[in-house]
Amino acid sequence: MTGLRGAQGVAQDGKPGMAAAIRFDGVSRHFGSVRAVDAVDLTIGAGEFFALLGPSGSGKTTCLRLIAGFEQPTAGRITIFDEDATATPPYRRPVNTVFQDYALFPHLNVRDNVAYGLMVRGDTKAARRAAAEDALSLVALAGFGDRKPSELSGGQRQRVALARALVMQPKVLLLDEPLGALDLKLREQMQGELKTLQRRLGIAFVFVTHDQGEALSMADRVAVFNDGRIQQVGRPEDVYDRPETPFVADFVGSSNVLPADLVERLTGQHAPACLRPEAIRIGDGPLSGVVAGQAFLGSATRVEVVCEDLTIKVLIPKGVPAPETGATVALNWAPDALHIMKRDNG
Amino acid sequence: MADVARAPISDALWRRPNLLLLLLVAPPLLWLGIVYLGSLFALLAQSFFSIDEFSGLINYEFTLKTYGELLRASNFDILLRTIAMASAVTIGAAVVAFPIAYYAARYATGRWKAVFYLGVMLPLWSSYLVKVYSWKLILAKEGILNWLFETLHLAWVLEAYLAIPVIGGNSLSVSWTGTFLVFLYVWLPFMILPIQASLERVPPSMLEASGDLGARPGQTFRHVILPLALPGIIAGSIFTFSLTMGDYIIPQIVGTSARMIGQAVYQFQGTAGNIPLAAAFAVVPIVVMGIYLTLAKRAGAFDAL
Repeated sequence: MTGLRGAQGVAQDGKPGMAAAIRFDGVSRHFGSVRAVDAVDLTIGAGEFFALLGPSGSGKTTCLRLIAGFEQPTAGRITIFDEDATATPPYRRPVNTVFQDYALFPHLNVRDNVAYGLMVRGDTKAARRAAAEDALSLVALAGFGDRKPSELSGGQRQRVALARALVMQPKVLLLDEPLGALDLKLREQMQGELKTLQRRLGIAFVFVTHDQGEALSMADRVAVFNDGRIQQVGRPEDVYDRPETPFVADFVGSSNVLPADLVERLTGQHAPACLRPEAIRIGDGPLSGVVAGQAFLGSATRVEVVCEDLTIKVLIPKGVPAPETGATVALNWAPDALHIMKRDNG
Repeated sequence: MADVARAPISDALWRRPNLLLLLLVAPPLLWLGIVYLGSLFALLAQSFFSIDEFSGLINYEFTLKTYGELLRASNFDILLRTIAMASAVTIGAAVVAFPIAYYAARYATGRWKAVFYLGVMLPLWSSYLVKVYSWKLILAKEGILNWLFETLHLAWVLEAYLAIPVIGGNSLSVSWTGTFLVFLYVWLPFMILPIQASLERVPPSMLEASGDLGARPGQTFRHVILPLALPGIIAGSIFTFSLTMGDYIIPQIVGTSARMIGQAVYQFQGTAGNIPLAAAFAVVPIVVMGIYLTLAKRAGAFDAL
């Protein structure tokens, strides 16, 4: 565990010297006996696009709410730009949030929604109006100021929520499942736009998602959560290619997790290991089994091979003939494809 | 198919859904239209007739003379007094009801929510007259409230209060304050429930969003909670306002001898036999409510709907 934490420092993320936007030191949030977030250490850099990834109930959203200040930690310390923010209320934190349900105010039009933060801050009406129009053009909604949120589509509402947060010029933007409610096409488009926006503004984006594809494609670094604890923090390539625990291997990209006993037989090392479906080839090798089923995925075919009591997923690229169901096949892979892991952190 | 029971009526209605709808809504619509609104309009039409002062008979000719009588000082006082009381009760009820409704909507869960509903509804289930007479006993000079003030050596506070003109009096039970308190108590559930319903519909994330954007709790209340609760407050105030304006029992049992609209209607249509004037009095609450709702709508009270 200490080893895991050591690997999470800013210096290891490939951007040495970058200031820390958010720091968690042993932060826990318990609800009665439920440990929503349990002794989490985490550092997010000032210009990072950072993903909190995990299944529902893994503590990723609670983590985001702790940064925003909607939850207070039961233990530990939260630092925002070198200032202890553990006891700072949300309205005094230099962070803003895009909510999962957008949380637009139904009694205000789009412009007043966007200008809300400026209004409570006491900006003049003219300044508010100008800033709101700028923010609306930033999200390609210029001219929508007079509409009511109820007159907008889901994607437009999301942009308004984004503009409303960005108009405050936060140092960190928090996004709670920002694309969850959008359809696939819109989601892909917004992924690109958010990424461009983050580069342009140069501020940290911290977003919560349960979609590993989204986390891997958008984030500079990913923290994988399970049961209130961080399983691994790293660049998408690291998390995908070199998962540190069986949970990460299984959750990120649905890898084959080989149990420690089997790995010991194959390599002599007693530890769980991960084997990517796309790294396996059919043909003479150390494991053999019976093909139990196939699924056509478009660019490849996924074949399930039952080896003793273990089902191994094999991805066969287009053009390579897939074995028939019921056939006995042997599996091989390059020696470095078998990635040895630690036990789950939790 | 053969062993399926035949249901010709169901089949016919299934083919004509509009006919079914008509059959279902026609009886209540007729009830509402004829018995309810019809009789109301029949009464209101009376306000455009006048009464012959010598014979006491109704003169069935269109005239605005009866409305002119409303403006006579003694009658006009009744209107002002009633509107003032209804406004005071409405504001008082909103102030008392809001925190209760807020707690119930935001914090109470499970068992506590049930306790809340029971607490709010229980007084509605007992007899209205019993409640009003209980209040008369509570507020009387020999009542529990006086006793409480004396026990706490605060009798002078109550006396000083009762010495205030208009709202004071000989004892609470014969003062406008007493009338106000009983109205407040009796109509409070009608204010709590709509406010609670409107607050229930405000998602917690909206309050968090307000704080996230820099609003202090007071600003969140002013700019988010209050506007979103306003339709509920208006709905509640329709109840408290119109129920207070029309009531004739409470001011008769608790309070001064000065009359309110309800009592005036009761007396003019009963003992005095002046149905046109009673009808004209009955029009006032309707007009006042109409003006009130128009102003509320202009002020944007329903924007959140």
